[in-house]
Amino acid sequence: MFDSCADPKTLEGLSWFLCFLTSGKQLLFYRSFFIVLILLAVTAPVALAFGFGGAMAARSRIAPLSWFGKGYSAMTRGVPDIVFFLFVPIAMDQALEMIRHKIKCPEWTDPIFRGSDFVVCQQAKFPLSTSPQIYHDLYAFTLAVIAFAVVFGAFAASVIYGAMQAVPRAQMETAEAYGMTDRQAFWRIMVPQMWTYALPGLSNLWMILIKATPLLFILGIQDVVYWARENGGYKTEHFDYPHPDWRVYYFLVLLVFYLLMTKGSEVIIGRLTRNLSHGQATLAGERMRRAGR
Amino acid sequence: MKKLILSTAIVALTAGVSLAQDVVRMGTEGAYPPSNFINDKGEVDGFERELGDELCKRAELKCEWVVNEWDSIIPNLVSGNYDTIIAAMSITDERKEVIDFSEAYQPATPSVFVAKSADADIKGGVIAAQTSTIQSGYVAEQGMTLAEYATGDETIAAVRNGEADAVFADGEYLAPIVAESNGELMVVGEPVPLGGGVGIGMRKSDAELRAKFDAAITSMKDDGSLNAMIVKWFGENATTW
Amino acid sequence: MSCYQTLLDYGLRSIGIGERLLPKSDFTLCEHFVLIGSGFVWNFYFGIFALMFGFFLANAVAVAKASHNPWVRKPAEWFIFIFRGSPLFIQFFLAYESFVLLPRVGFDLPLGFTTITVETSWLTKAWLGALIVLTLNTAAYAGEIFYGALNSIPKGDIEAADAYGMSGWPRFRRVMWPTIMRLAWPGYTNEAIFLFQATTLVFFSGFPAFRQQGDALYYASYFSAKTFNPFMAYPVIAFYFILITLALTWIFGLVNKRLNRHLPQNLKARIRLRPQLIR
Repeated sequence: MFDSCADPKTLEGLSWFLCFLTSGKQLLFYRSFFIVLILLAVTAPVALAFGFGGAMAARSRIAPLSWFGKGYSAMTRGVPDIVFFLFVPIAMDQALEMIRHKIKCPEWTDPIFRGSDFVVCQQAKFPLSTSPQIYHDLYAFTLAVIAFAVVFGAFAASVIYGAMQAVPRAQMETAEAYGMTDRQAFWRIMVPQMWTYALPGLSNLWMILIKATPLLFILGIQDVVYWARENGGYKTEHFDYPHPDWRVYYFLVLLVFYLLMTKGSEVIIGRLTRNLSHGQATLAGERMRRAGR
Repeated sequence: MKKLILSTAIVALTAGVSLAQDVVRMGTEGAYPPSNFINDKGEVDGFERELGDELCKRAELKCEWVVNEWDSIIPNLVSGNYDTIIAAMSITDERKEVIDFSEAYQPATPSVFVAKSADADIKGGVIAAQTSTIQSGYVAEQGMTLAEYATGDETIAAVRNGEADAVFADGEYLAPIVAESNGELMVVGEPVPLGGGVGIGMRKSDAELRAKFDAAITSMKDDGSLNAMIVKWFGENATTW
Repeated sequence: MSCYQTLLDYGLRSIGIGERLLPKSDFTLCEHFVLIGSGFVWNFYFGIFALMFGFFLANAVAVAKASHNPWVRKPAEWFIFIFRGSPLFIQFFLAYESFVLLPRVGFDLPLGFTTITVETSWLTKAWLGALIVLTLNTAAYAGEIFYGALNSIPKGDIEAADAYGMSGWPRFRRVMWPTIMRLAWPGYTNEAIFLFQATTLVFFSGFPAFRQQGDALYYASYFSAKTFNPFMAYPVIAFYFILITLALTWIFGLVNKRLNRHLPQNLKARIRLRPQLIR
């Protein structure tokens, strides 16, 4: 980065350290923090959508749909999330390639599953092995987002379902009395009011989501954990910046990063709760009304 | 992707039908210096990077480097995430059942034990080895106490901080680490010959690609440039052809 | 090979009893069930002991956090913040990397009838190091639950105790603590379930497996790495976990019933599973 860093072996002390901290590999480490932030930014709305869909399905009058919704929101309670993270991306990937296989290679007669093998034709591979690396990275990241969204969508579904149930019955009855259809009452009365009941659960979920991001490492994404291990490890003279095992310091940085993330979120959520409570028929809303705000 | 363990898709495409291979994706671990590592610029570097680029030049291929964790490196090859494994992978019969190998580009080197003291207890002590390597398989089969780590670097760290009594790994990998340690680490016990040399792993269906790499490796062996490259990265005492 | 034979060979493989080498090829469903099941010895060990030690610590932490003395309150607040605010995954990594830096010493611990030598090197082994991390982690989460319950004790309960002339330890022991437990129990049930799930992270983050003896997830990933087929090993481990969750819910439900036995039927708190507490 700096000209003075051209020959790191001659450097010492602070200037060595400065060059080390701005080396390309370190920049990749810093960049991986943004990968975590992007994952959070992308996953949160997707998971919310999954959760909303799950809650709507659970409320459905059609029995099988309702079972599906309830089963989906119950699923993550019994099974560790890490099992889903190991399972969902592979299952998604195989399902996708199987569908592509059926479309692109209809003349193929051999079974796709042979014992433990999973065999599809070359053209069905996704992304194609000839695609540039960026597509492979994006694909891997997308699978990770889906895995996160499936797991956290299930949590969100149970939170949102509970929140929908918590909307006072009288509100819905009033809507019916005004002649609203079920659909209108749902979208105009229930959904806007539900958020204040869902917020404690959802904000808690957001905290959990933050704390689950290191699992990206298990999905093979080069995230903060990957680079902390890679850059922190013992470096021989083959490297420009040889150094002993510094992983413990790298992980301390990660710890501080996550503590700041959760603390910051807590502060922001606290403000949001205050705003959302405004004008609501809840204890908090009543307190704000009394205080004249 | 580390855990995208997808398939052993041995694609039985009829001979002659092959995709236009514009880009050959070279899969490596990037954590096994000097064979392959991520340098301080964040790029793949090392003996295999230089060798791979030279082979691709000779075979007139355009190559792209991909980093993948060691323990899922074979599954991700067969599932098509990249086209070759060039990651100091020894040719073994067990691996040959799943993938094909090019001609060896590095001769078989014995694996050695490295410990902090000359009288380290190899038979009864804890031996660190990288997961799913021929070395970890050997340690488990011999009934020694195996401690598994995900990367080679962690196995060395385990010996340095006393977690393990010795590390068992490829001699060429351990040699520079021992040399740099100023006597802290030393080779102990007898070297064990394992594996049949180091080759490029490829899908069984990629016979054409294999032929190209075989030809390129042979030409590098013939003009002596391969030996020169081995000496450059592994030192004067390295095993050459 | 019959399934019974597999059970004999691998039933206790995770603690080093039985066949030394893991199966290498031609994996059967039986082998999946037996080997993954054997891994649960570790999950149970971590789960039960962390819950046991963590429970006492959590009570202390909750009381400390409610204290008026900042020298007692502040450490408790920081303890809870650090362990609840960061991922368990990172805590494991960091703990392992710090433990290996400790000087390797042993000191004698007299137990009265015998003396055992405690070695710091035990900390880097999963059985102690990971157990400590899990204990502290669950203590922080449960401590927060207990603290919340402590703040929700009805004022009347305390006033009644005062009127009876109770104060200090007897008041805490006989009036406050039973109420804390009663109020906190549904939340604590969730904590126990998610703690059991968290035990699967031990061999995935830092702590190495010795002699290929690992927990359930270690063997599940061993199988899926060898067979390249996730549709067998992961459903098996999921099946086991659903059983454990049901069993835990049942056991904690019994305790809950006992804690609430003096209340009228319609006031009894029911345990609802909530994802409030996973890490």
